[in-house]
Amino acid sequence: MQKKTAYSFPDEILEHVFSFIQSDKDRNAASVVCKSWYEIERWCRRKVFVGNCYAVSPTMVIRRFPDIRSIELKGKPHFADFNLVPDGWGGYVLPWISKMAGAYPWLEEIRLKRMVVTDESLELVAKSFTNLQVLVLFSCEGFSTDGLAAIAAGCKNLRELDLRDSEVDDLSGHWLNHFPDTYTSLVSLNISCLGSDDVSFSALERLVGRCPNLRRLLLNREVPLDKIANLLSRAPQLIEFGTGTYAAELRSDVYSNLVEAFCNCKELKSLSGFWDAVPAYLPVIYSVCSRLTSLNLSYAPIQNPDLTKLVSQCPSLQRMLVLDYIEDSGLEVLASSCKDLQELRVFPSDPFGEEPNVSLTEKGLVAVSSGCPKLQSVLYFCRQMSNAALVTIAQNCPNFTRFRLCLLDPKIADYRTLQPLDVGFGAIVEHCKDLRRLSLSGLLTDCVFEYIGMHAKKLEMLSVAFAGESDLALHHVLSGCESLRKLEIMNCPFGDKALLANAAKLETMRSLWMSSCSVSLGACKMLGQKMPRLNIEVMDEKGPPDSRAESDPVDKLYIYRSVAGPRFDMPPFVWTMDEDFASELS
Amino acid sequence: MSKPIEHDYIGLSEQQLPSMEKSSDKKDGLHLKDTELRLGLPGSESPEREDHDQNVLSLKSFVSGAKRGFSDALDGGGNWVFSGGSGGGTEGLFSPRRGGKNNGGKDLSGSDSGSVLKDGAAQKPSVVQEKKLQVAATSSHGNGNIAPASKAQVVGWPPIRSFRKNTMAAHPPKNDDGDGNAEAKLGSGCLYVKVSMDGAPYLRKVDLKIYGSYKELSSALEKMFSCFTIGQCGSHGVSSGDGLTESRLVDLLHGSEYVLTYEDKDGDWMLVGDVPWE
Repeated sequence: MQKKTAYSFPDEILEHVFSFIQSDKDRNAASVVCKSWYEIERWCRRKVFVGNCYAVSPTMVIRRFPDIRSIELKGKPHFADFNLVPDGWGGYVLPWISKMAGAYPWLEEIRLKRMVVTDESLELVAKSFTNLQVLVLFSCEGFSTDGLAAIAAGCKNLRELDLRDSEVDDLSGHWLNHFPDTYTSLVSLNISCLGSDDVSFSALERLVGRCPNLRRLLLNREVPLDKIANLLSRAPQLIEFGTGTYAAELRSDVYSNLVEAFCNCKELKSLSGFWDAVPAYLPVIYSVCSRLTSLNLSYAPIQNPDLTKLVSQCPSLQRMLVLDYIEDSGLEVLASSCKDLQELRVFPSDPFGEEPNVSLTEKGLVAVSSGCPKLQSVLYFCRQMSNAALVTIAQNCPNFTRFRLCLLDPKIADYRTLQPLDVGFGAIVEHCKDLRRLSLSGLLTDCVFEYIGMHAKKLEMLSVAFAGESDLALHHVLSGCESLRKLEIMNCPFGDKALLANAAKLETMRSLWMSSCSVSLGACKMLGQKMPRLNIEVMDEKGPPDSRAESDPVDKLYIYRSVAGPRFDMPPFVWTMDEDFASELS
Repeated sequence: MSKPIEHDYIGLSEQQLPSMEKSSDKKDGLHLKDTELRLGLPGSESPEREDHDQNVLSLKSFVSGAKRGFSDALDGGGNWVFSGGSGGGTEGLFSPRRGGKNNGGKDLSGSDSGSVLKDGAAQKPSVVQEKKLQVAATSSHGNGNIAPASKAQVVGWPPIRSFRKNTMAAHPPKNDDGDGNAEAKLGSGCLYVKVSMDGAPYLRKVDLKIYGSYKELSSALEKMFSCFTIGQCGSHGVSSGDGLTESRLVDLLHGSEYVLTYEDKDGDWMLVGDVPWE
């Protein structure tokens, strides 16, 4: 097959070289060098990432890559997290599992995000992939503890089971019993999303006790505080731990047991959970605090001064998730204590309240931006902002890679000048040259989009809501943001022109979501006709699009590139605008 | 700004895209004629100012949302006390011309502009010269204390995951107490009391624990309630309370100062300040 000239390597050597190339981008680049490289590469690729499960079909993946060991699939668009995607939209994993069952018997890792996973799928996984080591179901739904029981019973080599943020039907807590007594290979278990009665505690204890390699254990809320000490004593080698409910009557025996248990966890670096936390039990973790690199208190209703006191004891923090109870004062302490901080997320304790219930403003974020030179990733919910603050933040942190600001009132202006926040966000994109992800909020005109188009050259994901005034805004983004992959827009006055003028751009992106905007049905049809490699999906729960005028705006629009053609598993409220659709109705 | 790639894929644009490049020179504001997109769908007209109302309305609902409590008090004529006196021209922008569509500010812009966008015929938003006027008009608000716009619950906003929403809903935020009852159960440091001002349409709650003295409390309350007494003259003085030494809450209509009183456990009205702060 290969001509071995002086300039070519034997296949085995190339394969060996390729084995050092892990990133998908590099692999893809290597595969298009020449036909023989394409062939060699595809036989030795072991890992596939499919960012949109409808962009390609399982058959196509299997055909090209015959020996995959690790697959990651993503289903629903991101805005599904905020209830914008109705149930039944799609994202079913079963077709993938069915096809892979035959093709990849040696599959080791399955990672799914925002997909619908049924018990049937899980049973098929357990049956087909005896070598499965990693199963991550991130924000998935559609399955119950029965499916988990099948996994526990069937996957003898499972190392990692992570159900983060998934919605699981709780039928029985006894699924944990299905891990056989001989099973000892668990390394990571995240069951924090499970509800009550989903976990039999004694089974959990026994499981933890017999798995000496367990490093990560995230419990669900229902595990009471007085059981934690016992559990921890069976797993002092933990690196990452998530408590259950962190509230109980103060009892000295419980307290001292906890102190001792945490003290013995010499490698503990990350803590989370803390549901319903009471200040009384916070000091039990003090022995761990100085080592903590990650702390998630975003479900803990503790307030200052207890909260700030805790934070001030964690100088090694790199990642901090917290509720806005921390307030500006607490963030100032964070800024002065935690010089290694890279990621900060501040969530609202009362997002629907009419008035601020805490004193958390832009000042807190400015303080952190000033005090923490390594800050890269921010998610910040607050109620007021100013352009001046944003400019300062931008100047302090030119290394931002992710910046998401959510002002709880849509369209709120700079509280000091009453101007739109264009200049502030403009400063962010101008100074932060490596910015990959940006979420906007507040009162914003087309100006901010001009800045974004001009400066945000590395931006990959942009989230927009209640912003802009015209199609010009959308045009700036589509024409200027060279690296844009995902764009999601809600409630903005963007219409047809910018979309049609930048239709080609859409093929370079993973997806575009627009809901409650002004894109007309006619434009969607036109795009569908002219762009065969895009799937133009119109979602409308009120009725079929053919019953409405061409100029009527569509409710929700999801456009994504695909080599698999239109999908066929759409629910009744989703229509694909393709050539057939358009000609059928004209 | 990089030159936009004009893919005439659709083959629809009758004219080339107008000089987008120029817009980067015009930093002071959008010179909209030049940069207005003129692509049109078959059978559509080029938009001029059809939809400027939409922009007006969306801004308007932001403004009107600030008067969430007042919306009931306002009739269709609109008693825009807060728009300040920047001239008759801008008043016109804020007068509710589409009273019916714009629920008097009760629902926030989110659902409002959503419904506005869906109505009407050709949805061709055009950026208008009025944008400058609108911005000028908002800045005529001397008052820095516009209350946050009312939070009508728009689907998808704020962007919080269901898991988090459900988790927090099971345990409501801790300052949700009754009249002045401290929520001591979880050891919180909050002491919220209700404060009402004569003639104000709604009450406020303050956390007494965050103040150190009566003076602090008094000036905080002044700031909170100053928005109810801004008159026609640009009262910048009241909006930025920090720099003032002696600020008194003055009812400009009646010319008298307000005093702080509280109701004690016997039900008597007492003047604030007699009892030591602690």
